Amino acid sequence: MAALMLRWSCLGKRWVLACIDGGSRHGRGAAIGLTSRRKRGQSSVAQQPLIAVQKSRKGEHEWAAVVGLEIHAQISSNSKLFSGSQVHFAAPPNSLVSFFDASLPGTLPVLNRRCVEAAVMTGLALNCRINKKSLFDRKHYFYADLPAGYQITQQRLPIAVNGSLAYSVSVGKKPSQVSTRTVRIKQIQLEQDSGKSLHDEPRSQTLIDLNRAGVGLLEVVLEPDMSCGEEAASAVRELQLILQALGTSQANMAEGQLRVDANISVHHPGEPLGVRTEVKNLNSARFLAKAIDFEIKRQIHELENGRKILNETRSFDDKLGCTMPMRDKEGKQDYRFMPEPNLPPLLLYDTASLPPGADPQQVINIDWIRERLPELPGKTREKLIQQYGMLPEHSFTLLNEVGLLEFFQNVIKETRAEPKKVTSWVLNIFLGFLKQQNLAVNESPVTPSALAELLNLLDRKAISSSAARQVMDMKRGNPRAINKLIGLVRKATLSRADPTVIKEILERKLSS
Amino acid sequence: MLGRTLREVSTALKQGHITPTELCQKCLSLIKKTKFLNAYITVSEEVALKQAEESEKRYKKGHSLGDLDGIPVAVKDNFSTSSIETTCASNMLKGYVPPYNATVVQKLLDKGAVLMGKTNLDEFAMGSGSTDGVFGPVKNPWSYSKQYREKRKQKAHGENEDSNWLITGGSSGGSAAAVAAFTCFAALGSDTGGSTRNPAAHCGVVGFKPSYGLVSRHGLIPLVNSMDVPGILTRCVDDAAIVLGMLAGHDPKDSTTIQDPVKPFTLPTSADVNKLCIGIPKEYLAPELSSEVRSFWSKAANLFESEGAKVIEVSLPHTSYSIVCYHVLCTSEVASNMARFDGLEYGHRCDINVSTEAMYAATRREGFNDVVRGRILSGNFFLLKENYENYFIKAQKVRRLIANDFVNVFNSGVDVLLTPTTLSEAVPYLEFIKEDNRTRSAQDDIFTQAVNMAGENLTSAIPEPHAKEPEQLHVTSFSYLPMTNELAGIIETFVVT
Repeated sequence: MAALMLRWSCLGKRWVLACIDGGSRHGRGAAIGLTSRRKRGQSSVAQQPLIAVQKSRKGEHEWAAVVGLEIHAQISSNSKLFSGSQVHFAAPPNSLVSFFDASLPGTLPVLNRRCVEAAVMTGLALNCRINKKSLFDRKHYFYADLPAGYQITQQRLPIAVNGSLAYSVSVGKKPSQVSTRTVRIKQIQLEQDSGKSLHDEPRSQTLIDLNRAGVGLLEVVLEPDMSCGEEAASAVRELQLILQALGTSQANMAEGQLRVDANISVHHPGEPLGVRTEVKNLNSARFLAKAIDFEIKRQIHELENGRKILNETRSFDDKLGCTMPMRDKEGKQDYRFMPEPNLPPLLLYDTASLPPGADPQQVINIDWIRERLPELPGKTREKLIQQYGMLPEHSFTLLNEVGLLEFFQNVIKETRAEPKKVTSWVLNIFLGFLKQQNLAVNESPVTPSALAELLNLLDRKAISSSAARQVMDMKRGNPRAINKLIGLVRKATLSRADPTVIKEILERKLSS
Repeated sequence: MLGRTLREVSTALKQGHITPTELCQKCLSLIKKTKFLNAYITVSEEVALKQAEESEKRYKKGHSLGDLDGIPVAVKDNFSTSSIETTCASNMLKGYVPPYNATVVQKLLDKGAVLMGKTNLDEFAMGSGSTDGVFGPVKNPWSYSKQYREKRKQKAHGENEDSNWLITGGSSGGSAAAVAAFTCFAALGSDTGGSTRNPAAHCGVVGFKPSYGLVSRHGLIPLVNSMDVPGILTRCVDDAAIVLGMLAGHDPKDSTTIQDPVKPFTLPTSADVNKLCIGIPKEYLAPELSSEVRSFWSKAANLFESEGAKVIEVSLPHTSYSIVCYHVLCTSEVASNMARFDGLEYGHRCDINVSTEAMYAATRREGFNDVVRGRILSGNFFLLKENYENYFIKAQKVRRLIANDFVNVFNSGVDVLLTPTTLSEAVPYLEFIKEDNRTRSAQDDIFTQAVNMAGENLTSAIPEPHAKEPEQLHVTSFSYLPMTNELAGIIETFVVT
């Protein structure tokens, strides 16, 4: 990759590495043109191209990139999709394996109701049509972490189709410059996860852990409506928030609960789509954006130099920052799909079609689930904007940080300060403080009550804002700051308060 | 005692004429004496004696579990039995000891049955002779019947005593032989294309194939998931009904079992057939049918008619397509089901450790016989993307037509169909092996597999014992070997009236 970068700058291309480095939010002047063929979401901000169009040295030809995603989300459930063994992260190897998971001969799959409900909830949240009848299939291939030699999935008729996902991307340097995009959801299907392989190179062996084999997955297929790494990363982030709000998946990429494969191709606008490559198993939003943008550039580079793009699978090496060919396949795999004969068609009902006298334990009612869907992130953000008058970008930040919304709402509850003030303090000072200390919200030494009280004091003008900031300083572990505080309090109480008492009170408050 | 029916022996146990332990020991001793039949792969002597002991305790206390308590049974070696080796007569599973019981096995044990052992079969239930398992072929007990030995003495001189023994048919030959040789009172087989009915016919016992979905397949190592059913082998129809009553019903572990509750039933002591309409499918009059079987078929039809039943000719027009259709669907599912045998989690693993692929290839070559490998290759061919539509989908469509043939016939007032089970009586082994497994299966399954594709239940029964004097027909027929006619149909209707 380093060599490639040098070459680029040597060739004097106009655009550099806008999408690659961390400043992708402010991507400007990058190479990839946008195809206008797909539908765009509605937005108050004018639809600007996210990145400017590259003009190649020969013939002024634009390039358009097309990115589709296949996202696998582990379903948050107690047991696996077709067997009763438990689902836990980081359990001792091969301790959560039922006879069925190990593919012992004679064992049969039994569908987990919770997984079906999770699929329906997710489908409804993504505006899909829920198929009242869906089917299970076997997808065959040999691999050590696939004990049965096939995966049970839904190839012919998945549980949900034709949905959409709205997400936001920044279109300018200012945080307020955001644009809403929509990506179509092709389908959502239920399928089994595979086990894990650990390659032990020194001993030339592979260790297999089947704990994950058979865990339920929702595969969400996003149509190729995206055009660069940032759009893809934003779409994935929004999907994560939705899944977490629904409770259908914890969607933690680092723990492997959300895995993304990207399908990428480039073409000249107006011409047919190019050959696509697949980049697999990206397990962080950052790598996702980097990998996609690298791959787009790689493909453009190859094509401009007269070479062809191979329809292959690639992986992303995050240390080198580039994609590499993954499987040594001569030709494509034929998965020999076949209907799963041990599972009858999955039938779902709505209130109108529910058979009379049906046992509620045995049937799933889509309407019932729809009525009980939790509030989705989009709605939450809308409410925040309306209720507290905050800017849209603030509502995004509040939801993007795990636990921050709850923290904010708890502070609001306990303070008389104006919401705008609270917003500002939480998003700037508090969040900044956390980032600096490298803490998550749930690790914060400052509790919502403490911040609420501080803001109350500030509101009453009992302390100045600089004093309030000193408190935060104190929390940062600067013990001498407390003396300054004592001084300030004394001043506020017109020297009537006893310094020792003040210190005591302050220490008590600050340590809570 | 061992020649009695299950019901008779059960009564004897309840009345204390014999104890479970005595019964068990008699059977074990007979198993040893008839070892040359090669009906059993594993004889679970210790387990059986222990179970007999428990049964005895229950009888003494007056707490018998029912008609099956203390009754010696055998189970085909493709049913998973906890702590008892389960091999499917294959190198791939030699030494495999499952950690769980198949549902049907568990049900038998819960009712107090005594497990004598696991019976021999064609490898992974692929075959119609019980000749292609790694433990060798099963010999038909009728090979040693007085009549057969007489006939052989007349024919061939200077021949080795035992060289012309007869096959049992398959693939549940071990179970059929075990029952026919009186070593147990009931045995479990499996039926995918006739594997319970074919050996039942050749061994002169009752072979019952329940409707798909009536009996749980959990623990039955699958051949074709969409057609397999556990089968019941007994020496009379009443015994089969007793066992069926214990086994039928929904199993939450098997999603293809029907949810509706199954009502237990008993067969009437005298069969009243004059409200019955019996159909004779004309397409089953195959040219390869032996004259003996054909005449037997007529005799059975006449018997029913003379007892007051209505006997009519019916048509199952797609019969001629069914064997090919069966072959495509069977091999496709086999290819899929056998994919799990890779030597990693259980079963045979080869010594090669150069690479995973090399290990898979060698393990599967060493573990499977030619028949299994042949079906896997065919099946994978049919499932290839470019072939799927033309073979698999087409076959499924034809399957629908075949199933509809049966539905139409049963909707037109016919209660039961009467057909032969096999083309001829049991043949000598030496003749049987002149053709390969695939050819034989195609020939021998001709009457039986259509019904597996339709899902119907089938009895391969000797109806005579329940009609009039069985000897009458046996004596007048040419054959001294049992032949059976097959009774397809809605058996519940037949028995409940």
